Amino acid sequence: MLHGLKVKIDVFIKYRNLLENLVSRDIKVRYRRSVLGMLWTVLNPLLMMVVITIVFSTLFKQNIEHFPIYYLSGSLIFSFSSETTSNALYSIIGNASLMKKVYIPKYLFPVSKVVSGLVNLGFSLIAMFVVMLAMGVECRITLLLLPIPIFYTFLFATGLGLLLSAATVFFRDISHFYGVFVMAWTYFTPIFYPVDILPETARKVMDFNPMYHYVQYMRELILYGNFPSMRENLICFLFGAGMLLIGTWVFYRKQDKFVLYV
Amino acid sequence: MDAMIRVNDVSMMFNMSSDRIDNIKEYIIRLLKKQLMFQEFWALKHISFELEKGDSLGIVGLNGSGKSTLLKTIAGVLKPTKGSVYTGGAIAPLIELGAGFDDDLSAEENVYLNGAILGYSKEYMDSKYEEIITFAELKDFTQVPLKNYSSGMKARLGFAIATMNVPDILILDEVLAVGDYKFQEKSFHRMEEILHSGATVLFVSHSVEQVRKICKKALWLSNGEMKMFGDAEMVCSQYEMM
Repeated sequence: MLHGLKVKIDVFIKYRNLLENLVSRDIKVRYRRSVLGMLWTVLNPLLMMVVITIVFSTLFKQNIEHFPIYYLSGSLIFSFSSETTSNALYSIIGNASLMKKVYIPKYLFPVSKVVSGLVNLGFSLIAMFVVMLAMGVECRITLLLLPIPIFYTFLFATGLGLLLSAATVFFRDISHFYGVFVMAWTYFTPIFYPVDILPETARKVMDFNPMYHYVQYMRELILYGNFPSMRENLICFLFGAGMLLIGTWVFYRKQDKFVLYV
Repeated sequence: MDAMIRVNDVSMMFNMSSDRIDNIKEYIIRLLKKQLMFQEFWALKHISFELEKGDSLGIVGLNGSGKSTLLKTIAGVLKPTKGSVYTGGAIAPLIELGAGFDDDLSAEENVYLNGAILGYSKEYMDSKYEEIITFAELKDFTQVPLKNYSSGMKARLGFAIATMNVPDILILDEVLAVGDYKFQEKSFHRMEEILHSGATVLFVSHSVEQVRKICKKALWLSNGEMKMFGDAEMVCSQYEMM
């Protein structure tokens, strides 16, 4: 048992270099041949923010203080989760030719997608800080605690990514369905509206939406300068750790069959 | 002497369903109709053998006899349905050259990516980089994306990366014919170097001549069963008489 764990850790160290390589490939290939290159990671959320702000603050007359920051703090963490899981979903079937020829620990493919999403998130956060300074939003000391909700979300996204990548190997339908699911999820998470416009029943259901908790956590730190309660921390952690447990379990049970189905 | 490769009663089964079910609707319909039966196909049946350090084994057999499946189970790509495989060292799988090349990346980036796939550290690749590029004769093209390479150039790069290190176990699936005749000569020399350095070699070929030339031992597969295992000369002549 102990020996088995040691072997696993040795393998992880041996392939850490591959993880780094896969992540940097992801980032390089995405922006290759675009004039602005890596700048897009910063520019993209900014442009989205401008569009959403125009639509929601002029059209729907929502009165949320510092709306651009309200939107960015929610949407950055949400798109980190949704984009990385959508990419992870294709990571096993997309690397079929490689898996058939060389032995590689297979979890590296979905995990590398989540890690490259994390790098992206880092850049996007810089964009948010710039907007905060430009708008004169107070930079609170709680900003230093941002790694905490990002860590919770990272656990959650990794778990979901592992689960989706494994399930897609056996049921390709999932790849078609997940796009719609993510869109519904976007609307059911208070990213560009305040949660209290929802009816009571919907808010009860909302408590089961992990992304709602992560989004709220981000906002507490960025906008309101509060550290969420221990109970809230526990909820966020349990969603993340639970998802990771389920994802890892399914992935490990099925991974030896991947080669036969991709 | 320690065994480098121990293949212990390995059997490999594939599902031979005529159309693979990979969507949920189909799966549920079949489940309800109780048609989720697969036709079983045993690609390997009870294969057992052992190789010591420095052994070289040629695997011969007709098309579809399970040669590549056996190599893949030893390389760890496939997990055997029954039985177990033990390998006692670093494996260089040359089942296909340049597995994992990314066409959008340059040759330089691909060298590092491919090295990482084979499990080497960045420092090690730094020290070997010049040697690889020189061997592959691609000095002037290191920054060119791989999609602009000719297939010969890609194969040369793949071969150079895979053989830069002397592995404990080398797996070859008919990859000796790479590039033009000049490069073929060069790659054959490299192959012999590895053979003489004490690596354990597994070699699949349709050419009995090559097996005789390279290998000491041979294994004859027929419909997934081990028909013969022993001295290369003996197995090869039996195989030819068939």
